Amino acid sequence: MKRKITVILIVIICFLLQTTLFQTLSIASISPNLLIIVTASFGFMRGKKEGLLTGFLGGLFIDVFYGGTLGFYAMIYMYMGYINGFFRKIFFPEDIKLPIILITASDFICNLFVYFFQFLFRGRFSFGYYMIHIIIPELVYTILATVFLYFILLKINQKLELSERKRSARKFV
Amino acid sequence: MRRKSKSKFQLPSKYMLMILTLICGIMIYVSFTMNLSGGPLNTAAGYVFIPMQKGINYIGLWISDKADNLNDLKDVMKENQQLKSQVDELTSELNTIKLEQYELDNLRELLELDQKYPSYKKAAAHVIGKDSGNWFSIFTIDKGSKDGIEVDMNVIAGSGLVGIVTDVGPNYAKVRTIIDDLSKTSGMLLTTSDRCIIHGDLQEMNSNQNILFTDLKDSDDKAEIGDPVVTSHISDKYLQGILIGYINTLEVDSNNLTKSGTLTPAVDFEHISEVLVVLDKKETGKED
Repeated sequence: MKRKITVILIVIICFLLQTTLFQTLSIASISPNLLIIVTASFGFMRGKKEGLLTGFLGGLFIDVFYGGTLGFYAMIYMYMGYINGFFRKIFFPEDIKLPIILITASDFICNLFVYFFQFLFRGRFSFGYYMIHIIIPELVYTILATVFLYFILLKINQKLELSERKRSARKFV
Repeated sequence: MRRKSKSKFQLPSKYMLMILTLICGIMIYVSFTMNLSGGPLNTAAGYVFIPMQKGINYIGLWISDKADNLNDLKDVMKENQQLKSQVDELTSELNTIKLEQYELDNLRELLELDQKYPSYKKAAAHVIGKDSGNWFSIFTIDKGSKDGIEVDMNVIAGSGLVGIVTDVGPNYAKVRTIIDDLSKTSGMLLTTSDRCIIHGDLQEMNSNQNILFTDLKDSDDKAEIGDPVVTSHISDKYLQGILIGYINTLEVDSNNLTKSGTLTPAVDFEHISEVLVVLDKKETGKED
């Protein structure tokens, strides 16, 4: 229960920051994608199920407030969380290389999907332009944000796991 | 005992993924076919997020203001020296510009841009959040159906058109700007009354801060760079005569009949913080 409330709160806070503060502080009208960091992190830290639920929630918020079709972002983010869940087996909290690679890949694939469905389908073929001016800058900015946000998420997750372990230990006594 | 039965009901993640994918699929299908967005979700989400977004937004603006101040200080020192040398140069230029200003004022009066739409009822609103991704140009404002905002109302800022309301919650509304890649507006040249179609374009906006226009039927060949373009009388959603921008480049299409080019929007879309929503909607003869 405590975990659920915390995760929902994290998603809400990141969504709010992303739509307000980071849009105001955006560099060359590009801002980082915090929700993909949260989704991917919970995917490889906690497994497929939590990843997909976190992604679904975050994507749904985007759909309701800024999306054109309800369910589009929810679906993409959900699959991102699910796929990241497969990497839980090779995840070690001290090593930042894997999280950075996974988050980068998730953000990249996520943007590819948006380009494919929302731009390519309407005949916007200059992929190179969008790649250089939207996808790559967002990637760089997101990696920068990852360095800070990932450790915060990791600490929160470790705290939660500690309190859960205490509780389950108490149950057996 | 309860705890035990609860753990029995753990759904494997595969099935959860399938179920949620199905739900997403249905939602996408429904919002495509029935043009429905949110509904009760809008209401619930509105009450949770909008107050928080408002608060954070003020903090964000405050921080960026402070950051700007610091940058300004450095720049000012450097600029001060440069400016001193420029002062002399500029004084001589000033006289010529004064003459041009007089001419400009006269022309503006002739066009009566400000007089074009004083009679509409308007409501002021603050921009409280912008699209989370970098692909589209959509923002939310802090007025909703409770304040009388409806879908398809025009949104203006200063003297130019900003966009149109595409979705409404009880205490917020979603605005799609004219520079958004999905936007299409029917426009008209104020000087010749020739019509054109105005598209938002991400690529053009990012690289040159311009929007595109096509299908300008300028048979008399009178259109010139700098001509103002307003919303046309045949548009079914935009009220007539709201300034969109000024022609920046102009080219004859390969069919030799129509012209296309780019417009410089009249509104500074990077720094919108307050907008006016026009509460009058265009009468199209259709019944709701």
